[in-house]
Amino acid sequence: MGKYILKRLVDLLPTIFVVAIIVFVITRLIPGDPAAVMLGPQASVEDIQELRDDLGLNEPLHTQFLQYIGDLVQGDFGVSLTYNQPVISLIMDRFPNTLVLAFSALVIALLIGIPAGIISASKQNSVMDYTVMVISLIGVSIPIFWLGVMLVLYFSVNLGWFPATGMGTMDEGFITYIKHLVLPSITLATIPMATFARITRSSMLEVISQDYIKTARAKGLKEFFVIGKHAFKNALTPILTVLGMQVSALLGGAVLTETIFSWPGMGRLIVDAIDKRDFVVVQGTVLFIAIIFVLVNLLIDVLYKIVNPRVNYSSGKGGEGK
Amino acid sequence: MSDVILKVENLDVHFRSSASIVKAVNGVNITLKKKETLGIVGESGSGKSVTATALMRLLPKGIGSIPNGKITFNGKDILSLSDKEMRDVRGNEIAMIFQDPMTSLNPVFTVGDQIEEAVRTHQQMSKKEAKKKAIEMLKVVGIPEPEKRVKMYPHEFSGGMRQRVMIAIALSCNPKLLIADEPTTALDVTVQAQILELMKSLQEKNDTSIIMITHDLGVVWEMCDKVIVMYAGNTVESGTVETIYENPLHPYTWGLLESQITKNTLNGDKLPAIPGSPPDLRNPIPGCNFADRCPYAKEICSTTKPQPIEVELGHIVSCHFQTNSNRLERKERVYIE
Ligand SMILES: Nc1ncnc2c1ncn2[C@@H]1O[C@H](COP(=O)(O)OP(=O)(O)OP(=O)(O)O)[C@@H](O)[C@H]1O
Ligand code: SF4
Ligand SMILES: [Mg+2]
Repeated sequence: MGKYILKRLVDLLPTIFVVAIIVFVITRLIPGDPAAVMLGPQASVEDIQELRDDLGLNEPLHTQFLQYIGDLVQGDFGVSLTYNQPVISLIMDRFPNTLVLAFSALVIALLIGIPAGIISASKQNSVMDYTVMVISLIGVSIPIFWLGVMLVLYFSVNLGWFPATGMGTMDEGFITYIKHLVLPSITLATIPMATFARITRSSMLEVISQDYIKTARAKGLKEFFVIGKHAFKNALTPILTVLGMQVSALLGGAVLTETIFSWPGMGRLIVDAIDKRDFVVVQGTVLFIAIIFVLVNLLIDVLYKIVNPRVNYSSGKGGEGK
Repeated sequence: MSDVILKVENLDVHFRSSASIVKAVNGVNITLKKKETLGIVGESGSGKSVTATALMRLLPKGIGSIPNGKITFNGKDILSLSDKEMRDVRGNEIAMIFQDPMTSLNPVFTVGDQIEEAVRTHQQMSKKEAKKKAIEMLKVVGIPEPEKRVKMYPHEFSGGMRQRVMIAIALSCNPKLLIADEPTTALDVTVQAQILELMKSLQEKNDTSIIMITHDLGVVWEMCDKVIVMYAGNTVESGTVETIYENPLHPYTWGLLESQITKNTLNGDKLPAIPGSPPDLRNPIPGCNFADRCPYAKEICSTTKPQPIEVELGHIVSCHFQTNSNRLERKERVYIE
């Protein structure tokens, strides 16, 4: 297992290199001159040119690229044009905030979505089942922006239960901290929660009709173990696939939620950076998120193996052994 | 009388399916003594598995029901047990093995885990003791290197070995009754013989009673003391193995025997089928269920149901023309050309 993980980590390097190239190219394609944006509309052409020289923007693209890659190899993500700070320290300031938000959303989504899917499947065609299905259908199709705004209108403006924006600090007390977290994490959790409920239900339905479930019942097991142990462990593989996609989507989807709730996370950092044409920050943050994505995927692959003994280590693909 | 371990009286099983009721089993009777083996034979869809499932009270919830009948097992009225009491019976006093060993073991748990679970569900036992028991059971069912095998997953076993594991699970709590639903159908002929041999020897050792569900009359002859022949949810004939072989009376039994003989002479893999198909169980017909396919049918057959009659001691037949005063002349080769 350790060897497998190491091999996979080495395999990741080319992927990350390709992502770095793509990020570099795309940030150069964003229209607008960072120097002009930084200096404002009053700036003279000479000032702008001078700043471009300082920033290295007048170098040929391939020189810029080699510089960028050379820095990356040394773990240097560059220095922000607008904040005048190393990008990595900006990321380290914000990323924990995004992580807190994404993690609480994930916990909500898993704790509600998966049991809902299990109950739905084990009581197929019941009122309970239909209710879960309808709610999760709404959940996957609801516009997040609209949902966020509605939650704010109702729970902060009308009822005043939760703050509408910002993130609390632990200094203000745990309760305040949690109160700030509630609305953004519910907003962010909605899509993955509904997705988990749906995939869990369909995956469980497929498993519940299998012969080994009959065997488990014939052993005299409680229905709770038949469903929760024998069926669920077999239903896990598709759920894990969705989990991988949803974790990535959560980190990405945080951009929108962070904007709605003025959450000081990576999403806000990226949006601000794009606004200000601070391509060094855009480059750094996007690459950082990409690295997180591939690591999450690796983690999911490792989990597959733990869950499913038929997946063999060498190929990384599921295989029916004889 | 106390020798009787299972008594099933007038068992009916119905399934509710979209706007209609499927009468899958009608008035089945079983009397099974300790150490005895009962065979249930009949074509596909005749209600064999449903009968077995009903005995375990494992019919699909909300769909399958038992509107009539009484099941007495080991002195207990099975149909009036609470869910908890019934769970204590399942896997412990009545165990069951299924047709396809490739799919009846859970692929994501080791075989050891699956045996240990069966034991620990019904007996106070530490994990360590249960592990020892699992290894012992694997040895009992003839799996080589049980200490190594116990840690393996089902996909690392062949079909025959998996069926041995299923038997190990089933017998781990020393059940009084083992229900085997076509336990060898999915296996090669040589493996079939080994599995049957194993079941027989374990039955000898533990005084287990067996209900053996099968298509294969050869298996019945090999294993069973008594047989019931089912057709479209009804028992059409029942008796000892000897009577059914030497003096079969129901035209459907004749058909089954003839198709078995045809199979044996052709050395075929599959049983040749009796022409025609069983009636739709959603619309009960007024007469004999077999009337459409029976070469001996007369007018009365499509208007009146034949009643079961005990034509000789322990030999029961449901046919209008096989009664105490009446016998049909059996013709050769009327079913399969
Ligand atoms: N869940 C169900 N819902 C509706 N009808 C069912 C259900 N299960 C079984 N039946 C009906 O019960 C009848 C008997 O089925 P059963 O499985 O007992 O046949 P069998 O004799 O075991 O056949 P086979 O040899 O193919 O296993 C079938 O014709 C089927 O229509
Ligand atoms: S009752 Fe009639 S149809 Fe039924 S088996 Fe006897 S002869 Fe055939
Ligand atoms: Mg069957």
